[in-house]
Amino acid sequence: MTETMTAPASATPEGREEIVRTIDVVKEYKMGEETLRVLKGINLTIYKGEYISIMGPSGSGKSTLFNAIGGLDKPTSGKVFIDEVDIAQLDALELAWLRCRKIGYIFQTFNLIPVMSALENVKLPMIFAGMSNAEADEKAANILKRVDLGHRLFNKPSQLSGGQQQRVAIARAFANDPAIILADEPTGNLDLNTGKQIITLLKEMNTERQVTVISATHDFKMLDVSDRIIWIRDGNIDKIQRRDEVKIEVGEMH
Amino acid sequence: MAAVQRQIQLPLSKALGIALASLRVRLGRSLLTLLTIIMAIAFLTNIWASRVFEPPMRAAKLAAQGLADVANIEAGGGTSRMVWLISLSLLVCTVGITNAMLMSVMERFREIGTMKCLGALDSFILKLFLIESFLLGLAGSLAGALLGQVVTIALLARNYHGHVFANLPWGSAWLILLASTAIGMTITALAALYPALKAAKMQPIAAMRVEV
Repeated sequence: MTETMTAPASATPEGREEIVRTIDVVKEYKMGEETLRVLKGINLTIYKGEYISIMGPSGSGKSTLFNAIGGLDKPTSGKVFIDEVDIAQLDALELAWLRCRKIGYIFQTFNLIPVMSALENVKLPMIFAGMSNAEADEKAANILKRVDLGHRLFNKPSQLSGGQQQRVAIARAFANDPAIILADEPTGNLDLNTGKQIITLLKEMNTERQVTVISATHDFKMLDVSDRIIWIRDGNIDKIQRRDEVKIEVGEMH
Repeated sequence: MAAVQRQIQLPLSKALGIALASLRVRLGRSLLTLLTIIMAIAFLTNIWASRVFEPPMRAAKLAAQGLADVANIEAGGGTSRMVWLISLSLLVCTVGITNAMLMSVMERFREIGTMKCLGALDSFILKLFLIESFLLGLAGSLAGALLGQVVTIALLARNYHGHVFANLPWGSAWLILLASTAIGMTITALAALYPALKAAKMQPIAAMRVEV
């Protein structure tokens, strides 16, 4: 008896599963009487476990694409699928669940809650997920130890350096074991060395936990750790390169 | 990967915890709102208490002097003028609270947006701000009512000396205290409604904004 094996719709020939897929995403803004087309039809597929960098100059639509992928902004037309679910079909409660459990966000400005300590900040998404206080305390402490902040559990953001704050933010992003991490310019407000540390940490978490990392960034240091780089220019995808395809010559990027 | 589920509603106790922490840390800023409430309610209580406390004390004083309390003189102007003054002060207080709370919401746009990114529902943000204002309203109204009574008694003591405590209608005093507090909490709740709704409606993308 022969069995026909059909690959599941979401697996590629290499056997990788899709986690994010955009189809013809267009984003327009009305400025008075004119319409500004920021995204002009983006089609891309991101696979599980990848480390993706979205790169492009200011005004290229990089941030807008990032926001569309992350479910933060509705595209004017086109579809965004996160794990095969069309996010435009989700209601407010489902979207909130998605943000709480499936996606972890990292911001350029760290965005820690100033009135809470590092531990409480990391606990917050766990509380939103319905975890008990005791469980959340333990898990949060463990993640903070993993990012080398075990000795700073009870410090408030104002008592932490930029790099430390971003590490708390990373710990918070991983709080509910998400499938996707969305990082918007994570090294934007950090100096060279601190930025390198953060990028290394993100790559480690990506490899350790098999979490897909999607980062919108200007930072060329990010290129080294990326599996694929998506170059955006003028609202369109310019090209998508694998890390080994990127040639870095002195003073130049190809 | 599990299918998308629906986010749960958080119990009130969680919102209360965060609200308390926020107030404690923002005590300086909350002080302005608090003072507004205290002043307005103290004013209300003072007017009210004076009109209720004074007649028995006045009667006692006149009796001690061998005179009958013949003329029932209204102290300090007509009733309607008093009502007008009190209503105005309560209105100013309400507007002031709304303004102060709106500023607070606008300042905290990044915080609210971030919480939404972590999975907070609109209703949670609403509860957060309503609880904060409820606590402020309670503290301010109680303090204002107490202050108002103390000031009233102090002022009456200047005129009626020894007759004050003997003739103070304690039952009415308690009633005025409770009623003034209730009025203060009501106007605070009404004033907080618009800012709290604005906060709840804020989109997560607010967390990404670069400028203030």
